[in-house]
Amino acid sequence: MVIKHKNIFKTESAWSNADEKLLCLDTGSWRTERPVLDKEKCNYCGLCALYCPPQCMKDMGDYFEADLAFCKGCGICATECPRNAIAMVPEGEFADEG
Amino acid sequence: MKAKKGQVRVITGNAVGAYGAMICRPEVVAAYPITPQSELAEQLAQFVANGVLDAEYVEVEGENSAMNVVLAASIAGARTFTATSSYGLVFMYDALQETASFRAPVVMVDANRETPGIHAVSSGQQDMISARDTGWVQIVVENDQEILDQIIMAYRLAEDYDIQLPVMVNYDGFYLSYLAEAVEIPPIEDVDTFLAPLKQQPGRQKLVPGVSIGCGTHGMEMGYVEARYKHCMALERVKNKVDEIDKAFGDYFGRYYGGQIEEYRTEDAEIIVLASGSAAGTVRTVVDTKREEGVKVGMVKLRLFRPFPAERLIKALKGKKAIGVIDRSLCFGWKYGPICMELKTLAVNIGAIPILSYIDGLANLDVNVPHIERVINEVNAAAQGKPYQEVTWIPMEE
Repeated sequence: MVIKHKNIFKTESAWSNADEKLLCLDTGSWRTERPVLDKEKCNYCGLCALYCPPQCMKDMGDYFEADLAFCKGCGICATECPRNAIAMVPEGEFADEG
Repeated sequence: MKAKKGQVRVITGNAVGAYGAMICRPEVVAAYPITPQSELAEQLAQFVANGVLDAEYVEVEGENSAMNVVLAASIAGARTFTATSSYGLVFMYDALQETASFRAPVVMVDANRETPGIHAVSSGQQDMISARDTGWVQIVVENDQEILDQIIMAYRLAEDYDIQLPVMVNYDGFYLSYLAEAVEIPPIEDVDTFLAPLKQQPGRQKLVPGVSIGCGTHGMEMGYVEARYKHCMALERVKNKVDEIDKAFGDYFGRYYGGQIEEYRTEDAEIIVLASGSAAGTVRTVVDTKREEGVKVGMVKLRLFRPFPAERLIKALKGKKAIGVIDRSLCFGWKYGPICMELKTLAVNIGAIPILSYIDGLANLDVNVPHIERVINEVNAAAQGKPYQEVTWIPMEE
């Protein structure tokens, strides 16, 4: 058999560097709503980052912000935020941003 | 170099399983007791409590957790062990697949028992058979000594750098689990020596604290295909490796099992009975009796069930006139027993001969001497061109 496929994994099992590859899928394109933060309400507690399934909340020093390249728009951050600082806004409202 | 003579103990198959694991020095053990395996889980816990075995024994709330604990420990680099049966094996189904897909070299004992549905707390191979597509290596043994020896060989196989797959060692629940036989337990230093070649091999990838690496998570499209391809190729390599390890084990410890299959009086045989597990012992006896009567019969004992030892079976069965296959489980949706059904895929290579399927030994019913005599008589008649029944449920016809 001729193997033309170039290996993705260097190891026998499917190991990969999570820093480079855990956020490798274009999960941002799955989103229909995006989390929008009200910085006035946010007290930097970090619960949104703890609960975020793809772990894409970026630590901005005194608040957290979703990395929109990977945020699927699931809304768990908005649900878990004890101060209701995150609103889920339909993507249609950002249509102009492309 | 030969191993020293071991200590001989008369112990049950379950206790043998515990001793077999203990002398391989697993670092993490997680097991949940279930009939007919419970004694094994208890005995191993006792070894840890007494300080005989220096391992982390994780008490889990169920088999699914047991498998996930040993999977995680294994990909963190530990040598691991677990044991289960029937409902327990079914409860691990997702974790079984993850363990194999992560290529974690876990060794597990499965004391064969019937599966859920018809609540049969009794012997049968259905649990093992139903787990055949989980990607594990599955080996079936016949007696208590073979349980011990096969566990040692299982570590040598699972952790081999060319293999890196979990291995399930299967023995008949109720028959072997509670049967006390004289078993030679090799000195632990000699087991160390036998497993030492693993240390000369390159190290496999492991979880490392502080390093963000993941396993099995990035499988979309070609990642999935590549991982599955490598897995299937590794299973193909298992076949010869099982034979090599069997030879190395025999050369050192003095006991050979034939590797993938055992061939008993097959060379000049015209007909063959294919069996596995403890029933093979009875078949061997009946083959001897029938030989005295002049019937040219031999036995092939299936030891490796996954991967299926196609090449060895073809070599052993080519040129024979008829084959009878005894299955102690069912293949829902096929009228033949599962091992018979798989053997039939080799018919092109073996030749157009009668292959007779026998369903027997379900739910603690014995595959006894009269049953095997009947099988041999019918297979012999089929070999001589007489009409035969393709599938026979022996207990239903009594």
